Amino acid sequence: MNIVVCIKQVPDTKGGVKFNPDGTLDRASMLAIMNPDDKAGLEAALRIKDETGAKVTVLTMGLPKADDMLREALAMGADEAVLVTDRRLGGADTWATSSTVAAAVKKLDYDLIITGRQAIDGDTAQVGPQIAEHLALPVISYAEDIKVEGNSVIVKRQYEDRYHEVKAQMPCLITALSELNEPRYMTPGGIFDAYDKEVTVWGRDDLTDLDDANIGLAGSPTKIAKASDKVRKGAGEKVALDPKESVEYIVGKLKEKHVI
Amino acid sequence: MDFTLDKKHEMARQLFREFALNEVKPMAQEIDETEQFPRENVEKMMKYGFMGIPIPKEYGGQGCDVLTYIMCVEELSKVCGTTGVIVSAHTSLCCDPILTYGTEEQKQKFLVPLASGKKLGAFALTEPGAGTDAQGAQCRAEEDGDSWVLNGSKCFITNGKEADIYIIFAVTDIVEDAKGRKSKKFSAFIVEKGTPGFTFGTKEKKMGIRASSTYELIFQDCRIPKENILGPRGKGFGIAMHTLDGGRIGIAAQALGIGEGSIDATIDFVKERKQFGRPIAAFQNTAFQLADMKARMDAAKYLVYKAACTKDQYMEDHKTSYSIEAAEAKLFAAEAAMAVTTKAVQLHGGYGYTREYDVERMMRDAKITEIYEGTSEVQRLVISGAMLK
Repeated sequence: MNIVVCIKQVPDTKGGVKFNPDGTLDRASMLAIMNPDDKAGLEAALRIKDETGAKVTVLTMGLPKADDMLREALAMGADEAVLVTDRRLGGADTWATSSTVAAAVKKLDYDLIITGRQAIDGDTAQVGPQIAEHLALPVISYAEDIKVEGNSVIVKRQYEDRYHEVKAQMPCLITALSELNEPRYMTPGGIFDAYDKEVTVWGRDDLTDLDDANIGLAGSPTKIAKASDKVRKGAGEKVALDPKESVEYIVGKLKEKHVI
Repeated sequence: MDFTLDKKHEMARQLFREFALNEVKPMAQEIDETEQFPRENVEKMMKYGFMGIPIPKEYGGQGCDVLTYIMCVEELSKVCGTTGVIVSAHTSLCCDPILTYGTEEQKQKFLVPLASGKKLGAFALTEPGAGTDAQGAQCRAEEDGDSWVLNGSKCFITNGKEADIYIIFAVTDIVEDAKGRKSKKFSAFIVEKGTPGFTFGTKEKKMGIRASSTYELIFQDCRIPKENILGPRGKGFGIAMHTLDGGRIGIAAQALGIGEGSIDATIDFVKERKQFGRPIAAFQNTAFQLADMKARMDAAKYLVYKAACTKDQYMEDHKTSYSIEAAEAKLFAAEAAMAVTTKAVQLHGGYGYTREYDVERMMRDAKITEIYEGTSEVQRLVISGAMLK
């Protein structure tokens, strides 16, 4: 069984956020971590590997420094790593990203593809399902539990107040929630081995099944008008009133601000 | 000369730091208070390979180097000196002598489970009447058929009651020189927990590293298989000294971590604590004290890393000696840790004297690093002995 896990290097929110003049994230200057949902997806794949001996390949599109994150995935137990990197692919929105990643996945053997639900930088939750569309695969999103049974996967799909248990035949794609599991630590020996391994690097030209109209900033239908860091809000106003007075107070405030 | 760590060492440090902050730090204060051995965390460290970092993969280890192992002890000790010494005693004092002196059978039988995290190790040299002066030792081993029979006791043994495999030193021969002076010859033995005649005495109530399970070991007609002698008969003293050379680098790393940890805690504190209307970090005395603390621990760090790298060279080529480097690292790092944690307490003021703040524990933990695995005075003997020979 072959599992491909798509992972992304995202800015560590502790390190602050910076933007390029075109409004996209300035990834080069920020501290980077493996996106938490993706890490849970990797852990899910590694648990399947522990049980069944599946081969786990991690794949990312990003800057050359994403190599560090791929080594981390190898040190956790992934077997192989692929880095898709090329200046022509930069500035991609979800459409261009999923087109590119799908073209890379096509070059690999896979029975199961796992992505994170969403990245903590873009928060779109679109790339996983879009990859499935490009590959014409069934997708089960928001997985909080994954079981492999023969040629199928049984997934608990999270809803706000319930979950659905969904069964799908492989090949298929699952998007993972960080609540899915507690990712394992690397091991010291795993780290040493990871740096002895070869990370496969693909550029634009290695991805033959990909149209130039669908890559990079130019191939991205999303246009960013303006981007800004979030502004810290004031502490607000605290008042201690009984319930009846509070209603009057709130209604008064809303009227004052012409909300009602 | 290049003072930067390569990427794999940086990543290993990041791993140890994350583990220390997530798993070890939350327990540090509690295990100090309760003196409860952190079994759960030790099992996690066993699972993630922290208990066999410099041991080759063929013997169940991680196949990394001494520097990586040292950084592990350092990062753990930044938040908990007890956890640091548990790893150090296991790795340097139990795994290492079996790797260095063990037969292939001994390595397969004892080192593989130790390094792969299935068993915990300890080392027992000290006796009530024999610390620095090893000739005072009373514990003896006698050959009897297919066995060695051990009688005597050992004290101050780290991982004492929690370990599964012990390296024990005992007198096997008494030799007389030409002038008729008698001296004791030691041999090293591998003893398993549960061997009849091997029991535990009292648990030490210590000032610091309170959860490290420091026990007295008692041997009464304890019969162990003949093949459990480690290295040649009568060569135990040399084995003990060589093992301690390695152990000292581990303790130096523990001291380094404790000192650095106290600086981290102090930086957080002085930015928060206000006196005369501003954070005490704004006072020049605070800032200058911190600068001295950092410079001192950085100096310690380079000695410790140098010793670790020299031991790594020894692993490649046994002609290299790391005895002096280890002694200098331990001497300097231990005294630096004691001085720096004391300053950390001072900068915390009255709060630093309470158990609510980590620096109080760190100062108590630091003290032992000047004493065990060779006191600072012994390190001075080792260093000056080589200078003046």
